[in-house]
Amino acid sequence: MGEVKEVSVGDIGSRAAEADPELKAETMALNVGPSHPSTHGVLRLMMQLDGDSIKECEPVIGYLHRGDEKIAENMTYNQFIPYTDRLDYLAPLSNNVAYALAVEKLANLEVPDRCQAIRVICCELARISSHLLGVGVYGMDAGSWTVFMYTFTEREKLYTLFEELTGARFTTSYTRIGGVARDIPDGWLGRVDSFCKGVVPILNQVDKMLTRNRIFMDRTVDIGVITKEKALSYGMTGPNLRASGVDLDLRKDKPYLGYENYDFEVPIGLNGDCYDRYLMRAEEIKQSVGIIRQVIGSFPEGLYYSEDAKKIFAPPKDKILTSMEELIQNFMLVTEGPQMPKGEVYFEAENPKGALGFYVVSKGGGVPYRLKIRGPSFCNLSILSELLPGHFLTDITVILGSLDFVMGECDR
Amino acid sequence: MSFLDYLIPVFYALAMVGVFMTLCAYSVLAERKVCSLIQRRVGPNRAKIPIVGHIPIIGKILTRLGLFHPAADGLKFLFKEEITPQHVRIGYYYLAPLIALAPALTTMVVLPFGRYIDVSGMVQPIALANIDVGILFILAVSSLGVYGIVLAGWASNSKYPFLGAIRSTAQMISYELAMGLSILPVFLWAASPGSDYGLSLFGVVQSQQGLWLIIWQPISALIFLIAIFAETNRLPFDMAESETDLVGGFHTEYGAFKFGLFFVAEYAHIIMGSALFVLLFLGGWHFLPGVADPWPDGLIGILCSISWFMLKIFFMIFFFIWMRWSMPRFRYDQVMHLGWKILLPLAVANFVFYIFLIAFIDNLNY
Repeated sequence: MGEVKEVSVGDIGSRAAEADPELKAETMALNVGPSHPSTHGVLRLMMQLDGDSIKECEPVIGYLHRGDEKIAENMTYNQFIPYTDRLDYLAPLSNNVAYALAVEKLANLEVPDRCQAIRVICCELARISSHLLGVGVYGMDAGSWTVFMYTFTEREKLYTLFEELTGARFTTSYTRIGGVARDIPDGWLGRVDSFCKGVVPILNQVDKMLTRNRIFMDRTVDIGVITKEKALSYGMTGPNLRASGVDLDLRKDKPYLGYENYDFEVPIGLNGDCYDRYLMRAEEIKQSVGIIRQVIGSFPEGLYYSEDAKKIFAPPKDKILTSMEELIQNFMLVTEGPQMPKGEVYFEAENPKGALGFYVVSKGGGVPYRLKIRGPSFCNLSILSELLPGHFLTDITVILGSLDFVMGECDR
Repeated sequence: MSFLDYLIPVFYALAMVGVFMTLCAYSVLAERKVCSLIQRRVGPNRAKIPIVGHIPIIGKILTRLGLFHPAADGLKFLFKEEITPQHVRIGYYYLAPLIALAPALTTMVVLPFGRYIDVSGMVQPIALANIDVGILFILAVSSLGVYGIVLAGWASNSKYPFLGAIRSTAQMISYELAMGLSILPVFLWAASPGSDYGLSLFGVVQSQQGLWLIIWQPISALIFLIAIFAETNRLPFDMAESETDLVGGFHTEYGAFKFGLFFVAEYAHIIMGSALFVLLFLGGWHFLPGVADPWPDGLIGILCSISWFMLKIFFMIFFFIWMRWSMPRFRYDQVMHLGWKILLPLAVANFVFYIFLIAFIDNLNY
């Protein structure tokens, strides 16, 4: 008898596979997107599946690339505002505001209180709009269509408010450098207030349908966990970062638009899983409603644009048509663009999806020399290739839904 | 036997298929209407049939209720272009929708849907075929329905349907066992010693003249209800379809009437499941718990029993729809976990408990 060889019986499968290469399980390549219902736009995921579980995932982006940054170099500062609508097209108002603030920082311009208050309302309404869709679509991705219908109905009401304010439901283009396009319509604040009253019961209903729902919790708790360190190292921002337990909200940490005057809480998550990210958004809507109410409660009188910025903001139409000075001012602004000093500036604002940053390089004149956009969705998505492996194929819908990204902003 | 004697059952069968298919079509409408009610929408209210739709008041009401939409849906499936993707396995590809639908239609043969009193004064069931082993027949045939889905996924020769088919198979196996075990206590309960009802559905209904079985056996009812949800591939168990990640799952590659068959099959399964649940646990055509058969003799009694049975089925269909539009979807490993680790042990424990209970009761009686 020969030597008795000790063989572990633990892993019969792999021993069989070693003995017979034919038996080795193959992975299946699966291509999700760029047009696929759960990728919320044109994200493409190239995955290697072992059965139903994901082994590798490579996100492919760029299908919505329009060269926004290059476009900006060929037009005046005000002309670029409509392009900012198309970044995070679920919250165009807050993109408008963030861009205007960045350029105003370059011009070292401070807008009047009334303008700031209008902009805060815009930002928070945009946040509500974006998060309502985020929560609704998330519910839909988990299979609960009704949640989506509830929140989407509320968004329609919001769009009606936007339409009244800006003339457009979707692509608002509301701000101008040094102010906003027009003052708020009569009675608009009252309608915003009644919307805020109406959205809270809907949120409670969504809460009843999802928050303690056993199936929803099974689907989301401990799925797609992003640790604090991971989230920071990938440069995540916004609700996704706060869900991982990092207390970073630019409205609190680097207040702009007078956010320091309003009283609101910043929800912080514990586990950084999909469930926490859902809770973050639901809570932030409530906080935004609170902020809007405070703004409406102390709405300042005054002008909606900064009057002394003669070379930046075009005067009202009635003055242009009646006075020589203003006519010339308007002519110069239209032909030359708002005149900016030389310099470079970086400004980021807390948008619904995260920190939206604009880096503006100016060599003087009315056209930026270089404009760089930091899209929060791009950073939030970059974690996908590390986050998805190990999960089931079905989980991608929940994870993508919980990251709540917009490809318009990611691809720019 | 004359020629006519052969023809009459054929006629009955065709009539029943007709009624059943109409019911399927209108449960699609019910689905859309109830869903829109839950989501605070109006739902389908546009389709009009030429002459009927233009009758002054009635036509308008019928249109608003969307009663012509099933016809429009059906015609749409018929008139759409028949597309067969090049990469499919043709034979199986065409066979799959048929296999999905046929079991649901076959099982209705043994479904007793009412009762009449024959000349000797005995209560008899109204069914196409009143066989002793009705439930066995239904279980055996209806579990064939999954082959339609598996075949569709395999024949489509494409990745998403394939994944859907695998999930569907895994799910079916996890639920059939619990389902079978959950109805064993029912038949133990229904068949008193010496009775010749055996496994017939009529016997089960007749045994519920007092209290219904959902009151005697709530756990069996619960397990059975969950199992038929899984069996019908409905949300929260629709991982085979799972439109958010599998883009329609097994029927991704199907269009036009072939898809229509899958669609009808889903609703046919719902109706079958509802009917089965009503027969086993909700007293079939009996009026209320304790008040079994207040219907008069003769034709009116027959119609009453049938309509009451249908009403209960409609309630169950409503329940299915209600659940679908208020629940998120399970992940398929969670479904298997639920099936194997929770429902199956529960069903076994339930079964054992009722074995002892029934043995005890029978001993008391003798």
